[in-house]
Amino acid sequence: MSTFIFKLGKDLRRNKIIYFMLLPVIAYYAIFQYGPMYGLQIAVKDFIPSKGFLGSPWVGFKHFEDFFGSIFFWRILGNTLLLSLYSLIFFFPAGIIFALLLNELRSNKLRRAVQTISYMPHFISLVVIVGIMFDFLARDGLINNIMAFFNIEPIPFMRSPEWFRTVYISSEVWQNIGWSSIIYLAAVSNVNPTLYEAAHIDGANRWRQMWHVTLPGIMPTVTIMLILFIGKFMSVGFEKIILMYNPVIYESADVIQTYVYRKGILEANFSYSAAVGLFNAVISFVLLILANTMAKRLGETKLW
Amino acid sequence: MLMRRSFGEKLFDTGNTALMIGLSFITLYPLVYVLFSSLSDPQYVVQNRGLILYPHGFNWDAYVMVFKNPNIIQAFGNTVFYVVVGTSINIILTALGAYALSRKNLMLKNVVMFLIVFTMFFEGGLVPLYLMVQKVGLLDSRLALIIPSAISAFNLIIMRTAFQAVPESLEESARIDGANDWSILFRVILPLSMPVIAVMILFYGVSHWNSWFFATIFLQDRELFPLQLILREILISNDTSSMSVSVGSGDKMSIGETIKYATIIVATVPILFLYPFLQRYFVKGVMIGAIKE
Repeated sequence: MSTFIFKLGKDLRRNKIIYFMLLPVIAYYAIFQYGPMYGLQIAVKDFIPSKGFLGSPWVGFKHFEDFFGSIFFWRILGNTLLLSLYSLIFFFPAGIIFALLLNELRSNKLRRAVQTISYMPHFISLVVIVGIMFDFLARDGLINNIMAFFNIEPIPFMRSPEWFRTVYISSEVWQNIGWSSIIYLAAVSNVNPTLYEAAHIDGANRWRQMWHVTLPGIMPTVTIMLILFIGKFMSVGFEKIILMYNPVIYESADVIQTYVYRKGILEANFSYSAAVGLFNAVISFVLLILANTMAKRLGETKLW
Repeated sequence: MLMRRSFGEKLFDTGNTALMIGLSFITLYPLVYVLFSSLSDPQYVVQNRGLILYPHGFNWDAYVMVFKNPNIIQAFGNTVFYVVVGTSINIILTALGAYALSRKNLMLKNVVMFLIVFTMFFEGGLVPLYLMVQKVGLLDSRLALIIPSAISAFNLIIMRTAFQAVPESLEESARIDGANDWSILFRVILPLSMPVIAVMILFYGVSHWNSWFFATIFLQDRELFPLQLILREILISNDTSSMSVSVGSGDKMSIGETIKYATIIVATVPILFLYPFLQRYFVKGVMIGAIKE
């Protein structure tokens, strides 16, 4: 132990400028990342602002029991899982397919133009995106006008719980399909060209080349992205949902994070919502570890 | 590689090209629609919702209203402040951290790195963060939108990877010339890492420009609101009343519509204008970050 301290002291002296540079970074992480983690202890306490995190009285698992027993528990857990599952099924592969199809375009000019256009919506703020959605999906908006042309009854999309997930996922694909394809396009361009030549000589057509050369070539990237996606499984885009939802569609739109926001920030139920948040964070973390372990087992690329 | 295309392949190519052009159209249409609507006659926009292929009754009235509105001007100024100051702090702190953690012979490097990466996968969450911000006295101040999001672990990793790619020989020769770590960072590493710095400015800058959620939870004072919050009131709560009071009541509703679109354009164009120039950099940036994580 004492030799460690001795060594560390020497290291601190030798690299004092570097440690000095690191100081603000460590301070930031201590206060705004690990500070809140330390604050999570209020999940098992009744937080009283004047007494602080440490001094608030201990109540054990009361808040967790309240949450698990609440009528909202199954609703928001189900909504969170369903929305993430739909993203996994519809949004996640969209970027991969888009990258593969983009790669098959024969004109470089067209490919670059499509790329530039498809990245653009990623940079537009959620407030604007959701604002445009309200406009296009309104009763007298574009979509309903088109449907009226085909004699379909107008649908109040933004006020129908049964339409929420479809609207959410399709707008997600619209905004981010291009951006999510960047990483796969990069992987595609790293596939060894001699593999295509060999496949061609063996008589593989373009479709088979895509299936047997390109796809296996980008598989490591797909695995990494999948693990990262699962790590974010429980934290579905709650900022977008807050912009989109209203009490009429809570039954399908309310997820764990939006519930935490309403209970914690709007209703100032700090301890209760910290408990709900902790529940969410722990599940996320466990999912991430499971996904990573599974990738390791399958002999695929892993995160660590 | 030249090869003859079979009929099936030709069919696929045609279909694929059509699909890609179709997708591009779907991507662009809403944006173009907003632009054209903002320049059109409000009455026409209300009567032809969703279908405007060129500006009808071209006029700037909505923009004049937007730029006459003190709320929007103030919010615009606030956003510029948050973007400029926030991004500067982001870049400085991220560069310092990335430089320190890209050094080879630092004893605490791995521990600090682990603690930073860990925050990407587990976090205290919304309520404890809110209480922490309250505790350090940042609530309802401009700094609340700057300090709590001062570093993104993801960006730090990207920058660190870029710094590690700078050849060591350059650094060594600088050291022989008597350079210390400050001058190595600012005179050797940073000038050689401009592409990644450009990407970081884009990523951090865009996230400040578009951010609204922290503002809703940390700010009460309307004078501090960023543009996105005002935009939210106009677009989603549909509240343009504060802006169109000077217009006669009949036109009030319809001009409100075009004001909406003009505000979107004002809030979006600065970003979209910047982005084609930085595009070639950010593709590189995303790759470094994601592949070598």
